[in-house]
Amino acid sequence: MLNIAIEIGFVLIGLAMLLNLWRLLQGPDITDRILALDTLNINAIALLVLYGIREASSAYFEGALILAAMGFVATIALCKYLLRGDIIE
Amino acid sequence: MNPAIEFLVAVLILLGALFALLGSVGLARLPDFFTRLHGPTKATTLGVGAMALASAIYFTATQPDFSLHEIAVMIFLFITAPVSAHLLAKAALHRHSAEHGRDVNDTNE
Amino acid sequence: MMRRLLPRPALSISLFLLWAALSNAASFASLLLGALLALLLPFIVSPFWPDALHIQRPALALRFAARIGWDILLANWAVARRVVGPVAALHPAFIEVPLDLRDPFAATVLGSVVSLTPGTVSIDVDRERWVLQVHALDAPDPQALIREIKQRYETPIREIFAC
Repeated sequence: MLNIAIEIGFVLIGLAMLLNLWRLLQGPDITDRILALDTLNINAIALLVLYGIREASSAYFEGALILAAMGFVATIALCKYLLRGDIIE
Repeated sequence: MNPAIEFLVAVLILLGALFALLGSVGLARLPDFFTRLHGPTKATTLGVGAMALASAIYFTATQPDFSLHEIAVMIFLFITAPVSAHLLAKAALHRHSAEHGRDVNDTNE
Repeated sequence: MMRRLLPRPALSISLFLLWAALSNAASFASLLLGALLALLLPFIVSPFWPDALHIQRPALALRFAARIGWDILLANWAVARRVVGPVAALHPAFIEVPLDLRDPFAATVLGSVVSLTPGTVSIDVDRERWVLQVHALDAPDPQALIREIKQRYETPIREIFAC
C-alpha cells in the first residue's frame, strides 16, 4: 500500500514541477518567474522527502533542509534586488 | 510496520502530493500575478508539510529513535512562506508603480 | 528573579524545542546542550530587540496557534476548490484593513497569519496610517472579510501581546 502511495506521490509532484517549469518559462513578468522558481524549490523538497521515505534512509533529509534554507534566502535576495535595484532616484 | 500507521503515512503522502499539485495548478492557471501568489503560499506549503509529517511518522515507526527533524523543516516552511509571498507581492507592486512612474516621467520630458 | 534568569521565556522554549527536533531528541547530552543554548542565546540576542514584545497570555497564545492550524487546513480546502473551479467566477480584490494594533512585531505576526489563512495574502503594512494591505483571491464582500480578519486574528493577537 505504502509503495503504491509513494509512486502516485512521485507522479503528482512530478506533474506539479512540470507546471512550475511551464510558468517559469512562460513568465510573463520576472516576479512570476521568481514565484515559479520558489514553488519549484518547495516541490523539490517534497520530492526529496518522498525519496527518503522510499529508500528508507533519513540521509536525504539534510538535502531537504539545505534546499529549504537556500531557497528561502534566494527568493528573498531576488525580491530585495527587484525592490532596491529598480528605484528611480 | 503497523498497518494503521502505514495507512496514515500513505494518506498523508497522497494528501501532501495532491495539495502540492493543486498549488502548482493555481500557479499555472490563474490569470494574474497576485492571484497566482495564493496557490504556492498556501497549498504547496501545506503539501510539503503533510509530506514531512508522513516522513516523521514513518521513520519514528520504523527506526528505534524518534525522527523529529522533519517537523523542524515543516515549521521553517510555514514561517518562511508568508515572508516570501509578502516580499514577492511588494516587488510586484513596486515594479508596477515604477513602470507607471516612468510613464509619467516620460510624458513630462 | 525569574525574569532575570529567563528574559524571554517563549524564545527559550522555542529554541529548546527546535534544538530537540533538529537533533531528533537523540540523547540526554544533546538535550542538555539544547537547554544550555536556550538559556544563553536570549541574553546574546537581547540587544537585537531592545523593546521586544512579551507574550502576556500564554494559554490564549496556544489556543490561538491551534485555531490557526485548523484555519490553515480550511484555507487550503477553500483555495484548492477555487483553483480547480472556473476562473471567471473569482472576485480577486485589493483590500485595506485598518489596524488597531501599533507594534511592528505584532503587525508582522498578523501579516503572516493572514497570508497563511483564508484566501488572503498580506502585501504591505503601512506604518504611517497603520493599514494592512491584503490581496484576496475571492472576496465578493470586502467589508465582511475586513471584519473577519479584525475579529478572528487581530483581537487575539492584541490580547496575547497586550498592545
